[in-house]
Amino acid sequence: MSEYDPNIIAFLCNWCAYAGADLAGTSRLKYPSNVKSIRIMCSGRVDPVFILEALREGADGILVAGCHPGDCHYQSGNYKTSRKIRLLRRLLRELNMDPERVRFEHISASEGQKFADVVTDFVNELKVMGPNPLKGECQ
Amino acid sequence: MPVTERKLKFAFYWGASCGGCEIAVLDIDEKILDVAAAADILFWPVAVDTKYSDVEAMEDGFIDVCFFNGAIRTSEQEELAHLLRRKSGCLVAFGSCAAMGGIPGLANLANRDKIFETAYLDNPSTSNPGRTLPSKESRVKEGTLTLPEFHDRVRALHQVTDVDYFLPGCPPPTNLILEAVNAVIKGELPPKGSVIAPEKSVCEECRFEKSEKMLTEIRRIYEVEKVEDRCLLEQGIICLGPATRGGCSARCLDAYMPCTGCGGPTPNSMDQGGKMISALASILGLEGEEALPDEEIERLLDGIVDPVGTFYKYGLAAALINRRLEG
Repeated sequence: MSEYDPNIIAFLCNWCAYAGADLAGTSRLKYPSNVKSIRIMCSGRVDPVFILEALREGADGILVAGCHPGDCHYQSGNYKTSRKIRLLRRLLRELNMDPERVRFEHISASEGQKFADVVTDFVNELKVMGPNPLKGECQ
Repeated sequence: MPVTERKLKFAFYWGASCGGCEIAVLDIDEKILDVAAAADILFWPVAVDTKYSDVEAMEDGFIDVCFFNGAIRTSEQEELAHLLRRKSGCLVAFGSCAAMGGIPGLANLANRDKIFETAYLDNPSTSNPGRTLPSKESRVKEGTLTLPEFHDRVRALHQVTDVDYFLPGCPPPTNLILEAVNAVIKGELPPKGSVIAPEKSVCEECRFEKSEKMLTEIRRIYEVEKVEDRCLLEQGIICLGPATRGGCSARCLDAYMPCTGCGGPTPNSMDQGGKMISALASILGLEGEEALPDEEIERLLDGIVDPVGTFYKYGLAAALINRRLEG
């Protein structure tokens, strides 16, 4: 079997995390290329349905990254997301889908290094976890 | 001959269901006589003595409309789903079980082996010293007896065969059944694949006043001394109204009981549970959320004791993740 390469979907908020990822790029930081970024205006826009669908379609990991507490451009989006992800992870546990496949992080616009670290760490973790058991089921 | 000029040919069938949908059809009371006047009931195992072979003998498309209730759990139900699809011009997934797996769909949290173990071996009230389990074939001295195969998973009707319309509800509300029957009689059917129910949520039909929602704790209905005359969610009771398609006139709410989601997801929503998690998390723990420590949030979420049973009571089989994964 060829080595499995985790496939990560990252939802990055426009004001903090996406800028952080941008900074990682412009600073020429190295991080694994397993991440497919989707820019959203606020992490609060991430509907748990998006994550369920990504898992259903075979994504191995989902990273949702938003502003640090108190920094949300829209006041409270990141707090809502934090609770949504927590509740979703409880649901995933019941369905025997490893909740660690869904990760929520606070990454500011100046934290390019943190973005690179989070991605590197997540990829390593997912390699240990193995592929999403739903992979290949949905054609 | 067009349907308007002759009697409509009707069929009803039940898969994995409780029989409540059959009762719901009779719940249209004396209007059942109008249906009988306008329609010939060709096949209805619960009420009419017709055999499967009689259905097989019909020409393809001979039945005008078939209301199929119940989910698909056994090979018999699957076979009948295919047969009735072939013989019916219009196949309606009738009730939550046919439309999305229903309560039988919650059995997807287990599999066949686990279900058999619980039902036939480990149940405290079961005595089965020979450890007999249902099998497809068993030999007795008179010959071989056969049973339909029990599938590993419960599926909704559209996951097995092509479905024309969906009529959710546990059971579907009488007015929607009548609407569907009238639409068939008049030939005024909506586009294929439609859900025969309004394009709005239960909240829009609910009589209770709603204000700014803010939840500081979750309570189960038995923990509430007296349910007040206002939005149940605001009283800390999980009500699936925001994530559930209406059409039921919010009749559970009229009885001070929360919506449990039998209408299925709201239009354009792919997953009822995901939507409800979104709605609930957005209003939960709003009070001083900036300073709310993680442990406190987790404690709030502990109030939801059964996430799958709460958010997918009727829809697990048709959800994005439709079962408990193996391993």
